[in-house]
Amino acid sequence: MAEIRVNPTRMEMKKLQTRYITARRGHKLLKDKRDELMRQFLEVVREDKDLRQKVEERLSAAYGSFSVASAVSSPEMLREALIMPRKEGSLDVSYKNMMSVTVPVFDYKTEEESGAMNYGMAFTSGELDASVRELGDIMSDLVRMAELEKTAQLLAEEIEKTRRRVNALEYIMMPRYLEGIKRIKMKLEENERGNLTRLMKVKDMMIEKSLASKKGNTDEEIEE
Amino acid sequence: MYKIGIIGDRDSVLGFMALGFTVYDVKDPEDARVKLRSAVKDGYFAVIFVTEKIAEAIEDEIEKYKDMPLPAIVSVPGRDGSTGYGMENIRQAALRAVGADILFGGHD
Repeated sequence: MAEIRVNPTRMEMKKLQTRYITARRGHKLLKDKRDELMRQFLEVVREDKDLRQKVEERLSAAYGSFSVASAVSSPEMLREALIMPRKEGSLDVSYKNMMSVTVPVFDYKTEEESGAMNYGMAFTSGELDASVRELGDIMSDLVRMAELEKTAQLLAEEIEKTRRRVNALEYIMMPRYLEGIKRIKMKLEENERGNLTRLMKVKDMMIEKSLASKKGNTDEEIEE
Repeated sequence: MYKIGIIGDRDSVLGFMALGFTVYDVKDPEDARVKLRSAVKDGYFAVIFVTEKIAEAIEDEIEKYKDMPLPAIVSVPGRDGSTGYGMENIRQAALRAVGADILFGGHD
């Protein structure tokens, strides 16, 4: 692990300690954010899954009748019949803030069902009516599904990011700070001990010196 | 006021024309790629549906727009039935977020 290289001083240690505390607080917050994102994500995904199942089933039914319709009338006729939309739908998009993720909200409005088709009855088959009607019914579900799916994608991205941040703080930043603090502490203690021994040594030397000089004095006295 | 688009083979998408969708019928994935790109660039589309077969073929292109809020590019089954690609996408998203397959009974 890369270590933090700083001067082993009390100042630096204090700085590291502050950073460690900040990191710890950030870690806690991000973890909460991740948990909440996850909860919302799961809600969205569950709904999306059920809706997709439903939509897929109904779509294949609509395709079935459409196949029959396209089999009995010529492609040009079909295109001509369908070119005018049967009901005018409008799609409005607003945005919602979901745990600081901007997600789109689709609002699909259709006009009142008139029951009438936009094409003549002479050249088209009844199956076409059925399939168009069926597709129209799925419409709002389709739009809702698109919204859910997009939300799920965006949330998934945000969760991934947040999770990475949480892990980086938990497994890299915080241990690194702790390591740095510990190292400085040890270095300081080491210095302290070194200092102490030096002092003791000096004291010893001083005592020795004074003893020696005392001894010299007594020797001189004896000589006298 | 936004538009809804659909990209896919002719037989699958023609029916959506009656619903007021902007329909792009494409013959091959490359064509679809170009159409999708221009549709996204257009900026008027809120939702672009792509049939599963095509979506699978141009996955890399769709991937690019995944993290933008708009447009939502969603795969729908084409005329020849669901390939399970759409479901797979949901599963992948869950996998990406949670780190484990929790939705479809997979084991951690």
